[in-house]
Amino acid sequence: MIGASNMNIRKLIITAAALAAGLAMAPAQAAGGGAHVERQSWSFGGIFGTYDTNQLQRGFQVFREVCSSCHSAHLISFRNLMEEGGPEFSEAQVRALALEYEVADITAESGRRPAVPADRWPSPFANDQEARDANGGALPPDFSVLAKARGVTDPFPTWIFNYFTGYQEGGPDYIHALLNGYHEEVPETAPHSADGTPFQLPEGKHYNDYFPGHAIGMAPPLADGVVSYAESEDGQSVPQTLEQYSTDVAAFMMWMAEPHLVSRKQTGFAVLIFLVLFAGLMYGTKRKIWAGIEH
Amino acid sequence: MSILLMVSRAGAGSVICASYGETDLSTQAEHSSTNRRDFLFVATGAVGAVGAAAVVWPLINQLNPDASTLALASIQYDVGPIAEGQSVTIMWRGLPVFVRHRTPKEIEEAQAVPMSDLKDPETDEARTKPGHEQWLIMIANCTHLGCIPVGESGDFDGWFCPCHGSHYDSAGRIRRGPAPKNLVVPPYEFLSDTLVQIG
Amino acid sequence: MSEHSTYVPGNAVEKWLDDRLPVVRFAKEHLMDFPTPKNLNYWWTFGAILVMCLGVQIVTGIILAMHYTPNVAMAFDSVEHIRRDVNGGRIIQATHAVGASMFFIALYIHMFRGLFYGSYKAPREILWILGVVIFLLTTATAFMGYILPWGQMSFWGATVISNIFTAIPLVGENIKQLVLGGFAVGNPTLNRFFSLHYLLPFIIAAVVALHIWALHVPGNNNPVGVEVKDSRDTVPFHPYYTMKDLYGMVLFMIPFAWFVFFAPDILGHPDNYVMANAQVTPAHIVPEWYLLPFYTILRAIDFNILFIDSKLGGVIAMGGAMLMLLIVPWLDTSKVRSGVFRPMFKWFFALFAINFVGLMYLGAQPAEGIYTVMAKVCTAYYFIYFLVILPVLSRIETPKPLPTSISESVLGKNAHA
Repeated sequence: MIGASNMNIRKLIITAAALAAGLAMAPAQAAGGGAHVERQSWSFGGIFGTYDTNQLQRGFQVFREVCSSCHSAHLISFRNLMEEGGPEFSEAQVRALALEYEVADITAESGRRPAVPADRWPSPFANDQEARDANGGALPPDFSVLAKARGVTDPFPTWIFNYFTGYQEGGPDYIHALLNGYHEEVPETAPHSADGTPFQLPEGKHYNDYFPGHAIGMAPPLADGVVSYAESEDGQSVPQTLEQYSTDVAAFMMWMAEPHLVSRKQTGFAVLIFLVLFAGLMYGTKRKIWAGIEH
Repeated sequence: MSILLMVSRAGAGSVICASYGETDLSTQAEHSSTNRRDFLFVATGAVGAVGAAAVVWPLINQLNPDASTLALASIQYDVGPIAEGQSVTIMWRGLPVFVRHRTPKEIEEAQAVPMSDLKDPETDEARTKPGHEQWLIMIANCTHLGCIPVGESGDFDGWFCPCHGSHYDSAGRIRRGPAPKNLVVPPYEFLSDTLVQIG
Repeated sequence: MSEHSTYVPGNAVEKWLDDRLPVVRFAKEHLMDFPTPKNLNYWWTFGAILVMCLGVQIVTGIILAMHYTPNVAMAFDSVEHIRRDVNGGRIIQATHAVGASMFFIALYIHMFRGLFYGSYKAPREILWILGVVIFLLTTATAFMGYILPWGQMSFWGATVISNIFTAIPLVGENIKQLVLGGFAVGNPTLNRFFSLHYLLPFIIAAVVALHIWALHVPGNNNPVGVEVKDSRDTVPFHPYYTMKDLYGMVLFMIPFAWFVFFAPDILGHPDNYVMANAQVTPAHIVPEWYLLPFYTILRAIDFNILFIDSKLGGVIAMGGAMLMLLIVPWLDTSKVRSGVFRPMFKWFFALFAINFVGLMYLGAQPAEGIYTVMAKVCTAYYFIYFLVILPVLSRIETPKPLPTSISESVLGKNAHA
């Protein structure tokens, strides 16, 4: 039993890892949560994941042509669109794009001037109240970090595995599911209230499988063919379907929320490789030093 | 602490000087000198403590709500536009406040509840103003841990707190769940038929 | 253990300095020559790991404060500004946020190590109490730090915790207003919590210095719990434990880096990416994981006890659960320190550790159905362990025979191996 003092290192690592996983708790179930959200295969998922530049450019097109008429993204600047690890538009493209928008500037003659790349993405409404009034009382959430403000709650033990796989794509999974989760009529699967009365959809709301409580203020924003993707240079065309749009825009939203994902993971590899190497050397040094000591 | 020590040390020094001049006095005089000396020590310490407290109190009191916060302590609100069966949430002292225009059914239900059914017994009359029974005005934070209950839900035709499952009835009284008290009715009065002053 | 200095000033300058301020002598005595039991296992490296964690938090925290704005209108966006625009800001911010979790993992392991090997027993009671003080200060610091990003969980966590004060009879509401600087969590709260969050780590560092001082008076406990008899039982701290601790730190940095670079948000809550809003409550308010065991104890008391209502009862239970650690040295009166030689204690301790993880799990679950029952059972065991099991075991348990010295136990083990 004195063997406890000779704690086997491998056992220690396993115990520490299990503790780390066990201690970190999964977020609680979302109240009135919807159906099970399917995991998608994202180019930026997993430890080797990076953004697909073409997908981000398509996602930006969907955002710009559809979403941005109601949703703001006030933390995004035009310049971000040309930065490395993002949609990587050229500087000329971004300058031309910015010129299409006007921003408020008290130093300008009329109080407004054309945008430059350093400006933030202009919001569609002046303030939250105006946004509510234009959208039947519901506030369209800002997109800047929305992909990280939504998530999927996994049951035990899946959430433990997530700590080891680094699964961080619950937000895009949820957004993709939401955009594909609309029903024109309240379906038979709709939950009954506690006293057994059938689901009542309030006026002006829409039924969605994945929205908590199922009654969402946003009308189905996307449908097959609403956005025209340009043909890529090699002549390959991307399907113009709801499925494709929702995947692309969810990916773009993830980039908006986490613009430095690619460089973060790249640095991470260097750091982890360094640490493992250094740990090996430290272990050798430690053993060498302790070699003559009974302990 | 160190200030007090310095003060009492200075006090001790002066007393010692004083007592040198009294060496030829009688034993009784020496005794009274000791008493006087004790008194001096205690008095010096007490005055020092008062001084320290006087310095510390403003340093703590600055933590209390400041003038700009207190200026919003009282608000006026016109409930006229709220239709029957509707609620609005307004902000008072940084807290959300429910203003509910109750339906006759809700008022009836609230008044019919026997006191013995209540965890925190309070009549509906005590929670509303006479002549304005249709208006229920109360702070929107659950008395358990401060979440905001959801209106027109729960098992008692009132409010339901999603955080830890407290049910409130149509007078905002706690009926089931962990909350210990009814939703708090803030101090308010009707200035006219529809103008309310809260706070 | 005071006369072990082998320091001889090497030249006239060192001699001059040594006569005036013997810092070099002090460092040599306490960081290099300090005699340390030679049988310490890897659980003992977490003390050094914690010093590293405190250092990481202070350095990254000072950097973050250079870019952060403590104002309710700007705090949320300024944290995003750090993540998006500050050079390397995403990594520094993630290190600070993940670092808080890693700090508590190490802190809990360090405390459970002390509880198992009886490191709180005479003559190390003050050492243990200072450790508990560090734990309480760290908890307060972490709680205040969690408000600063000004997300929904920041705001509502602070609201729930500050409402704990209102459970105090008569003056509760006034104390709450004094703490918050208003009638609810708001700008004054954010400002003062920022100020205190910056201050407290330096106070923690000062208490850590006392903690190490109190460690260096009796010297380290060790896995067999037998006091050091002579120099054959010890090795100098340097290079033996400096290298072992450094190795432990590097190993600890591997999961740390994993979270920072590959899953920086997995230990947080998505709702904290929504800016604080006093008018919308998140569906479930969940404190950070390291506070969950005590949150469960708070919620477990949902019944009145005599004249104490459930709310005050919960607060007393939660405070009691933390403060009870201060008197553990007097609850466990067994003369044997190490759990290795206590056949019954060992099992109750294992159950206590599992129970603690259980309390943590329950804190993240909604307070309903089977969970409330389990929360009460786990809370009861937490208190029974300290108040009943430890005192009773001290009287009825027959410990296994102890080795006469550390060197004997080491030799015996290696002979078997």
